[in-house]
Amino acid sequence: MTLQTLTRPDTDAAGTSAAAAHPRTPAARRGLRAARHVLRRPGLLVAVAVLLLVAAWAVVPQAFTAQDPLVGVPADRLQAPSGAHWFGTDHLGRDVYARVVHGASLTLRTTALAVVVGLVVGSLLGLLAGFLRGWVDDVIGRLVDVLLAIPSILLSLAIITALGFGPVKVAIAVGIGSVATFARVMRAEVLRVSTSVYVEAARASGLRWPAVLGRHVLPNSSGPVIALVALDFGTAVLAVSALSFLGYGTPPPAPEWGALVSGGRDYLATAWWLTTLPGLVIVAVVLAANRVSRALEKTGEDQ
Amino acid sequence: MTRYLLRRVGQGIFVLWAAFTIAFFVLYLLPSDPAALIASGGGEVSQVDPAQLAALRAEYGLDRPLLVQYGDALLAALTGDLGTSYVSGASATSMVAQALPETLKLTGAALVLAVVGGTAVAVASVFPRARFLRQALSALPPLGVALPTFFVGLVLLQWFSFRVPVFPAIGNEGAVSLVLPTITLAVPAGAQLAQILSRSLRGTLGEPYVETAWAKGASRTRVHLAHALRNAAIPAFTVLGVMVGGLLGGAVVTETVFSRVGLGRLTVQSVNQQDVPVVLAVVVLSALVFVVVTLVVDLVYPLLDPRIQLRAERRSPSPRTATLRPDEVTA
Repeated sequence: MTLQTLTRPDTDAAGTSAAAAHPRTPAARRGLRAARHVLRRPGLLVAVAVLLLVAAWAVVPQAFTAQDPLVGVPADRLQAPSGAHWFGTDHLGRDVYARVVHGASLTLRTTALAVVVGLVVGSLLGLLAGFLRGWVDDVIGRLVDVLLAIPSILLSLAIITALGFGPVKVAIAVGIGSVATFARVMRAEVLRVSTSVYVEAARASGLRWPAVLGRHVLPNSSGPVIALVALDFGTAVLAVSALSFLGYGTPPPAPEWGALVSGGRDYLATAWWLTTLPGLVIVAVVLAANRVSRALEKTGEDQ
Repeated sequence: MTRYLLRRVGQGIFVLWAAFTIAFFVLYLLPSDPAALIASGGGEVSQVDPAQLAALRAEYGLDRPLLVQYGDALLAALTGDLGTSYVSGASATSMVAQALPETLKLTGAALVLAVVGGTAVAVASVFPRARFLRQALSALPPLGVALPTFFVGLVLLQWFSFRVPVFPAIGNEGAVSLVLPTITLAVPAGAQLAQILSRSLRGTLGEPYVETAWAKGASRTRVHLAHALRNAAIPAFTVLGVMVGGLLGGAVVTETVFSRVGLGRLTVQSVNQQDVPVVLAVVVLSALVFVVVTLVVDLVYPLLDPRIQLRAERRSPSPRTATLRPDEVTA
């Protein structure tokens, strides 16, 4: 009895410290491993940091800048970058950094919606083609071939001509432009997984197709698709900002990133910061997304 | 060979038909009223006399069932007639044909620059002995594909038209005006090519025959250029169709940035004015270009790589997956 009470605190302490070093749940262990993986690669760390920062801009822009993105101080017009205005000011005296920060939510929301459209429609097509095969596969394969034959920006422009202008329409147009790649990757994965031994075993032991699909095929074919999501995010940022540059996104004075760059066109000779700094932000986000995509592919291969 | 050629041409025609069909239904199922657009002449849609609208609908055949319109449009498209512009009243085909030469000049120059530049960067990223140099050069292609075309164009304008006035900022006058747009358009295409080619080069340099070349005492230059590059270039060659399509798409933004006349500007104008027939014509033309380039690539492929025979039942090499790192994404 006394021995027990004496030793219990000790064992408890040992137990908790062991739990901290080796978390018991698989999810926590995976999280820890991912964190260690990122920390060992400085380039990847910077990429993740850039994406997190930009996501934070989108969620709580007020936390990063106190300046108004829409109302400027006319006396401060066209000032070069300084301590007070990190990215300088535009022709109406608006702080460009504030506009970039507030524009993040517009651009990222459109981009995210575009990725979701491409992912959902493309994966569904790929899943159907790879799972049902036969004539369904043929029809979907032909459709994908045709979508690949039209340059994606022209396909997007055709959809915008039909739907009209606006952020949601731009998102749909960009998303449809990436359907073909998602369909292709998903189909290849589903084909690979559904011919594997464990799927056959699941079938042989009497599991129904929907359950096989949900429990075995989808989880095992998601890896390359997730890497493609990150890659497509970068591509979609480029496409969305190109369309917003051309003037098809949210109408001014909304600070969508492409529109910001476009707005600086008239001041190329005098105010370099109006185009260069928002442009560099777009470049940083795309580079970061591509870097993360590469890391996701690598981990997928290692497994 | 003839059978193969016929099958590939048949496939090409199918793709063209399907591209036309998809574009037609996307564009003609649009929620806005084309007749009102025609009546307003591309400007603001204002109050238009209903009788006039009905007359316009009858004139353009918009009052008929969609499938009938589609059938007629398809028959007309076979003769090269892709409809009449809602805005200018001219034939869409002739408008596209008129804008095409300037864009061909631009995309042609950009294609040459992209191939030469992309190959040079790819070789340079595996050639140097110094590791840091190889690493620094390998970082260029991923950077190139992350640059928005409009951003590259504007930065070039800023430096080489305004700060140091070497090149004109706008217009189509002479070869000088072509320099900056060509560079702008070539950056993403060249970077894409360099990415694929340098990956392919790295793989090839590990092949046994390259080892043999080293062993028999071939120089570094000879091993890289004569042995490795020739074989590594073949898979990169298959992305040509996608590259040319991408250049046509990129011309939309490039021509807008540099205020050049051409197909891209025509496209932007037509989208702005919802000039459906012209947009349709541009889409069909881009699909045609893709089909032709892909077909030519497929036919030239066996000449470059004798191991590949045309009669073999293989699906045509699918170019766009190559830009997606096929060995990594789909493997």
